[in-house]
Amino acid sequence: MSHTAKRLRYVLKRLLQAIPIVFAIIVVNFFLLQLAEGDAVDVLAGEAGSATPEYMAELREKFGLDKPLPVQLAVYLKNVLAFDLGYSFRHEMPVLDLVLDRFFPTLLLMTSTIVLAVGVGIVLGLLAATGLNTWRDTLISVFALLTYATPLFWVGLMFIVVFALNLGWFPTSGMENIAAFHEGWDRVWDIAHHLVLPTITLSLFYLALYTRLMRASMLEQAGMDYVTTARAKGLTERRIMFVHVLRNALLPVVTMAGVQVGALIGGSVIVESVFAWPGLGMLAFEALFSRDLNLLLGIFLLSALLVVGVNLIVDIIYSWLDPRIEVD
Amino acid sequence: MRDFWKLYRRNRSAVAGLFILGLVILMAATAPLIYPEDPFRLAGASMQPPGEGGFLLGSDSLGRDVAAGIAHGAKTSLLIGLLATIVAVGFGTVMGGLAGYYGGRIDNLLMRTTEMFQTIPSFVFAILLVAIMKPSIESIVIAIAVVSWPAVARLVRGEFLSLKNREFVQACHTIGMGDAQIMLREILPNCLSPIIVIGSLMVATAILIESGLAFLGLGDPNIMSWGFQIGAGRTLLRSAWWVCTFPGIAILITVLAINLVGEGLNDALNPRLRERQ
Amino acid sequence: MSAPLLEIRNLHICLPEGSERPFAVEEVDLDLAPNEILCIVGESGSGKSLTARAVMGLLPKPHVRIADGSIRFGDEDLADVSDARMRQIRGSEISMIFQEPMTALNPVMTIGDQIDEVFRFHENMGRKERQERAIGLLGDVHLPDPAHIMRSYPHELSGGQRQRAMIAMALALDPKILIADEPTTALDVTTQAQILKLIKEMQASHNTGVLFITHDFGVVADIADRVAVMQQGRLVEAGTVDDVLNNPQHPYTKDLIAAVPSLTPRPPRAQSAEPVLQVENLEKEFRSGGGFFGFGGSERVVKAAQDVNLELRRGETLGIVGESGSGKSTVARCIVRLVDADKGKILLNGTDLQPLNRAEMRAHRSSIQMMFQDPFASLNPRSKVGRIITQGPLLQGVDKNEAETTARELLSVVGLDERAYDRYPHEFSGGQRQRIGIARALALNPDVLVADEPVSALDVSIQAQILRLLDEIRERMTLSMIFITHDLRVAAQVCDRLAVMRYGEVVETGPTAEIFRDPQAPYTKDLLAAVPGKSWRSA
Repeated sequence: MSHTAKRLRYVLKRLLQAIPIVFAIIVVNFFLLQLAEGDAVDVLAGEAGSATPEYMAELREKFGLDKPLPVQLAVYLKNVLAFDLGYSFRHEMPVLDLVLDRFFPTLLLMTSTIVLAVGVGIVLGLLAATGLNTWRDTLISVFALLTYATPLFWVGLMFIVVFALNLGWFPTSGMENIAAFHEGWDRVWDIAHHLVLPTITLSLFYLALYTRLMRASMLEQAGMDYVTTARAKGLTERRIMFVHVLRNALLPVVTMAGVQVGALIGGSVIVESVFAWPGLGMLAFEALFSRDLNLLLGIFLLSALLVVGVNLIVDIIYSWLDPRIEVD
Repeated sequence: MRDFWKLYRRNRSAVAGLFILGLVILMAATAPLIYPEDPFRLAGASMQPPGEGGFLLGSDSLGRDVAAGIAHGAKTSLLIGLLATIVAVGFGTVMGGLAGYYGGRIDNLLMRTTEMFQTIPSFVFAILLVAIMKPSIESIVIAIAVVSWPAVARLVRGEFLSLKNREFVQACHTIGMGDAQIMLREILPNCLSPIIVIGSLMVATAILIESGLAFLGLGDPNIMSWGFQIGAGRTLLRSAWWVCTFPGIAILITVLAINLVGEGLNDALNPRLRERQ
Repeated sequence: MSAPLLEIRNLHICLPEGSERPFAVEEVDLDLAPNEILCIVGESGSGKSLTARAVMGLLPKPHVRIADGSIRFGDEDLADVSDARMRQIRGSEISMIFQEPMTALNPVMTIGDQIDEVFRFHENMGRKERQERAIGLLGDVHLPDPAHIMRSYPHELSGGQRQRAMIAMALALDPKILIADEPTTALDVTTQAQILKLIKEMQASHNTGVLFITHDFGVVADIADRVAVMQQGRLVEAGTVDDVLNNPQHPYTKDLIAAVPSLTPRPPRAQSAEPVLQVENLEKEFRSGGGFFGFGGSERVVKAAQDVNLELRRGETLGIVGESGSGKSTVARCIVRLVDADKGKILLNGTDLQPLNRAEMRAHRSSIQMMFQDPFASLNPRSKVGRIITQGPLLQGVDKNEAETTARELLSVVGLDERAYDRYPHEFSGGQRQRIGIARALALNPDVLVADEPVSALDVSIQAQILRLLDEIRERMTLSMIFITHDLRVAAQVCDRLAVMRYGEVVETGPTAEIFRDPQAPYTKDLLAAVPGKSWRSA
């Protein structure tokens, strides 16, 4: 079988493996709904202010809430598969419309964060590993150690104090200056300008993670036998580092990049709420305050799907980096 | 034990981490003595900058003492971090151990479960759990433990998987030793080091998660915590920077110290694992 | 002898402070002539590998470095040549092959790219020419379909093929010197024989001087022109292969050579006809991969045991020999019920062990015991030796004091100090640990001992001691033994009868002497023909 066919097969296999996971997440979602006190009818009744028990029973029957649990689960599954995530009584809108509306800003923030964190992390790790035990290595390691221990929301707030309030370099919040009615490239530039602080804030922790991982991975690979072989061939240290060691050292970093996507979404809840970035995280923060559980669960489901999607991309990159994929 | 300290001492930053952690623990322990009053109490004028109005680190918009909040918050952070870690490590070790040792269906189930947890945005999941269970120390500990145990389980599973095929474990089978004894007395002692290391690092992560939850308003409303202080102070960012700044520094220092200790433990414990070389 | 290619004089390599000894290599003088194969032989820790690495400038600096002496190559001293010049020399004038061809090749680069680098860095050649040369090289080392191998990654080749590719890479620029560091140690004997033949062939056609590092005197006998013997960092003896192997002068060399088991089977012993263990129609399959909607790749089924029949008579030693993957270890593990066989009977003193569950099996555990290969992995690093030995008897209900007394006696039986009882395994050497392993197996006073490659991880002198000990114990305790080994020399000295296995099947059984004299199965013939140094010390 050719290498391309193997790769394709690997990616397809990973895609199929994601299906039961998504299924399990939907089921978990359903049971979380059950776990919560009260049901949709209680919420509705609460909204309406007054409702007779008879009317509530009627409503329950209408929504199928009086059916046994497995039936409700089946209905829920059917609804989710038909992209029906329920209704947000607070916003008086279907949950799906709400979350889709906020999907793009989050995707933008995630993408820029992943690119920044992985890219800079790899470079810093490389710099640290190639200058082992020099001031460069020490500096980078101390930086990684500090950022690894810093709470995201606090960094965000400090950035706002320093770069937005005191220096005035960046806007404090939001995704764009709506009042300015920018169009075309002006708008892109405006959004990019708003994107800087949230991206850096969200990146820092992961940047530290990838820097440390890359450094450790480079050092581990540098001790391998094939490096001795490369040296015995008379290659320069530069080529050994940048061609032989680098590609092998990238493998665990790429794997980790996939694993961390979920955590990144969690971080975006905090960062979005700090910078009032109108994404899923901000929506989650709002839903949290208004106790809009349906909406929270919808966000949860969509973010899990987002993770599955990003992981698939990571798998494709991985299959391209490591020819051994099919072996294990 | 003395050997262990000798190895640990070689890593100077780990010793510094231990020292700082000791100070934080001391602060948590003496908080009721230094600030015997309720930290939620209005202690004086509001919005006092650090050093003024009798406030070491200033006061917030309601006149609460920031320093008192930090001292009391230390206990919350350490307590929740430790409890959540104990629950997560305990449960993760049992699950991972059983799955790694017996393999087969239980292992399959565990691996699928941990994969699901890797896909779920864990912080969002923790938010959901706390929101559903209503914020309290118990619900926060449970939420953090629920999102943390899969990492322990994966690690322990891997260790058990490789150790169960070691010849010394096979030798135990050939003399007819039972499974429980093999797992507890032969395998477990040999994977304690990585469990201790991941546990120590997990305390740091748990503190970060707790502060994040509290920042979003999901902390136990009756208990002072660093995340709550920052969350409450964020609206004052323009006028009273100190309300947010100092609790954040407290989190940073504590988490940093624990991470340094974790790394020191890793350095000191790992050579023993590789003593076959 | 023509002018030497390489002259090593008074070489000292120092070790980092706090090591067991200050120098890894001391006062070593060596000459390598063109068109000659010089073998450096020694046990682990003799400094043979570091000597070779010093020539290549590949010592793990700065902790391990050349402290004194010279390595003259042409009119240069490699001990203090510049890094840039050393890089020029490496790969073009002196090149090297290693023990483990899997890890020595970069796993994410094709074989073609890895060979191509040598040309790119040392010669000014067009892309097309480089490619043609590389394909030519792969053909020279007899790899099938060189164009395909060029595009393959290391994990797609077999161990022997990988080592051939390494050799092709090393010889790409026709170096004057080839350094081979245990290049066949990780390979099966039949593959080893082919690789040795290839090295010899390439050396002759390129007039290369070969510095060949090995621990195996059989390999030395097959390949060397001259031999240098090292012990504890010092050169103890050097000379032509004939002189050193057949008329050694230094006592250490004499001991080492005496420790190499002879290929002539030892005289058979009187035998009882009573079977103590019978294995009938044993079958075992391992399955892996596959199963995920057909996307996991095809399922791999390995038949580790197919219709295996064995009989062990009271007091005899039955050898199971074969190469890696032959299923010999699986059969051993099925017999002691570490692995559940799919089918068949395992009759121990007439009782079939196969259908017994674990609780039922416990009563029979004391009759059949096992000894393992890896002296480091086979003892729990966190248990004291005393506990390791007594836990078997304790589980069988023996009184605690009695178990301790027996354990202390056993320690002296296996030649260890009684004080070992309260110490941890890491305080012992590999040979001593194998003795502890023997004591553990004997503590239950078994009828049958299954030994899985018990000496293959040991140096040859330690190996001889352990084999002698096993022999003594077998006599003393009337043990019957199943002895798994890949080494036909060991088998010849230990086993009364042999079963030869390949791909999970027993291809031949019979008395050891008969099989060695007149092998029937073609595979047995191949195996015997591949034993290194078979013409030497065959008498």
